[in-house]
Amino acid sequence: METRLSAVAGVGNGSLSQRATGRSYWQMRRGAEGPLRRTDAHARTAPVPPGAMFVPCGSSAPPDFEGFTLLLPAVSVGNVGQLAVDLVIFTLDMPKVGYFYTDCLVPMVGNNPYAAAAAENSTELSINAEVYSLPSKKLVVLQIRSPFVKNKYRSFCQTLLSWVKSSRCAKVILLSSSHAYQCDDQQLHGTPLRYLLSPAIQKTAGELMQRLNWKEMEKVAAYPGVNDTDMVLRIPGGGITTLLFSESCSNGIQMAVLLKFCSEGDNIPDALALVNYLNEWIQLVKSEQKSDAPATPSQWKIPHSWRLLFGSGLPLALF
Amino acid sequence: MATFFGEVVAAPSRAGVDDEEEEAAGEQREETPEDREIRRELGKKREVHILWNSKLSASTGSFTDEQFPCSKFILAIGHNSVAFLSSFVLNSGCWEAVGSVKLWNEWCRTSNTRSVLPTDAFCLFYKLISDPTVLLCQCNCYVAEDQQFQWLEKVFGCMREEDLQVTILSTCPVTDYKTPESTLTLPSPFLKALKTKDFKETICCPLLEQPNIVQGLPAAVLSYCQVWQIPAVLYQCYTDVIKLDTVTIEAFKPVLSSKNLKSLVKDMSRSGEILKKLVTTNEIHNNIYT
Repeated sequence: METRLSAVAGVGNGSLSQRATGRSYWQMRRGAEGPLRRTDAHARTAPVPPGAMFVPCGSSAPPDFEGFTLLLPAVSVGNVGQLAVDLVIFTLDMPKVGYFYTDCLVPMVGNNPYAAAAAENSTELSINAEVYSLPSKKLVVLQIRSPFVKNKYRSFCQTLLSWVKSSRCAKVILLSSSHAYQCDDQQLHGTPLRYLLSPAIQKTAGELMQRLNWKEMEKVAAYPGVNDTDMVLRIPGGGITTLLFSESCSNGIQMAVLLKFCSEGDNIPDALALVNYLNEWIQLVKSEQKSDAPATPSQWKIPHSWRLLFGSGLPLALF
Repeated sequence: MATFFGEVVAAPSRAGVDDEEEEAAGEQREETPEDREIRRELGKKREVHILWNSKLSASTGSFTDEQFPCSKFILAIGHNSVAFLSSFVLNSGCWEAVGSVKLWNEWCRTSNTRSVLPTDAFCLFYKLISDPTVLLCQCNCYVAEDQQFQWLEKVFGCMREEDLQVTILSTCPVTDYKTPESTLTLPSPFLKALKTKDFKETICCPLLEQPNIVQGLPAAVLSYCQVWQIPAVLYQCYTDVIKLDTVTIEAFKPVLSSKNLKSLVKDMSRSGEILKKLVTTNEIHNNIYT
């Protein structure tokens, strides 16, 4: 498994790509008042909190995400979700508001993936999980740029969902992908895009999905050939998608999963297809044609860091 | 996946979790008490421990609640950067060894002895005798992904920051460097830097261009500093020689002029000699034919 920076989780081969005391972790770190006082003896002697926490950028107060839509990628086959999220952040020019600091993801740093090479903000450091927000669209985006540390995906899901609850986001949209080679006969027909809705969001979004003529992700027989009545949800190559979705269902969280069947390779077209699919539902960019037609790919801006997705140049001596 | 040479190679997957994990996640398999027990035992084995010399508390007089004041933290990760600090910094001031990290993983087991060879796996801490707020760390051992967070929390957890500035030195293969040209034609070794938002000093080499990234312990330390607003800089040396190498070590020399290191380097006359000795010792250990 590779860590890839696209903006930075990249495409293509080898390229880039509470503590128990009742106070939250970052309050412990900063002192309850806000400005960072890491010399606070209490903060430093406090035991290491498990999992992760949202840490706002700079010394600003934590932004309010109440009623916002949280958009995030599942780290899944072809990094399609991550690339789609890159397109959203870059096209909408979303400002970074904080970090999702966690021990569950492999550490990774690089310079601002959304800045042009010579731009002033190009030397801003980016880490493996960052939060971007656009209050005018009531949108908050969590970009994840590296894979999970082994056996930490479960604790990541828990921390993520507890953050969703505490930040009072209205709904969560998970962008994911699944191995195209594992599609069954019925999935091979028609569109490669699918959706899933948790019971909590069914009321508000279910009807719209029908109107958009979207296809729900099919369940498959748990024991094919033996018993065709037990149906289960399987998303091979979808990383934490299944776990996150089922946890959201049982916790009453409004979650929608949008996914595309794809294979590894150049996944930029997959990312564009997925982000257009998302745009049909929540209009992030205006479509050029009829109002009900999906936005064309040209409306999405590709981040500068998607350069060199297939590695460095080749030595001239080869030719 | 088979290659031209016939061997079977596992292709790196870009799916988020591996097949085994995915199965467990998908099936919602309940962990049995036995699973938990095994996991706990494994977790215990992989814990990172920091052993501070008991002398430390006596010498600084301020090591009471397991914290000491720290204004400069210089960290070298990997053989070449460790050797650079040994020959250019550690030899020129008066330093005392104050502690070490004990860890175990699939690649490395730190040795318990204090007298280490350059080829051993170790992670040692030194303090400047004339200014005990200057802490230096030489980390030669592999710190696994699941241990990096612990390492950070434990090392930084011991510090009481007093205008702390962090300098990290590390090396990585030049083939990891992304550039529109071929990496074959690049004059290696060369230095690139990454800095946190709060680092305002001058940097003695060009910044690392996107879409390049840094991973591992250097990335973990830099992320920590970025999130908690500690000024920090990472000097990453891209080299085509992975083992201990004089040219690679000397590529770090521009860093000596940085504000954080300048005051620590007093006498460089013997540095070359020490460096030569370090590299030769290593060669002997590596070659059974000499």
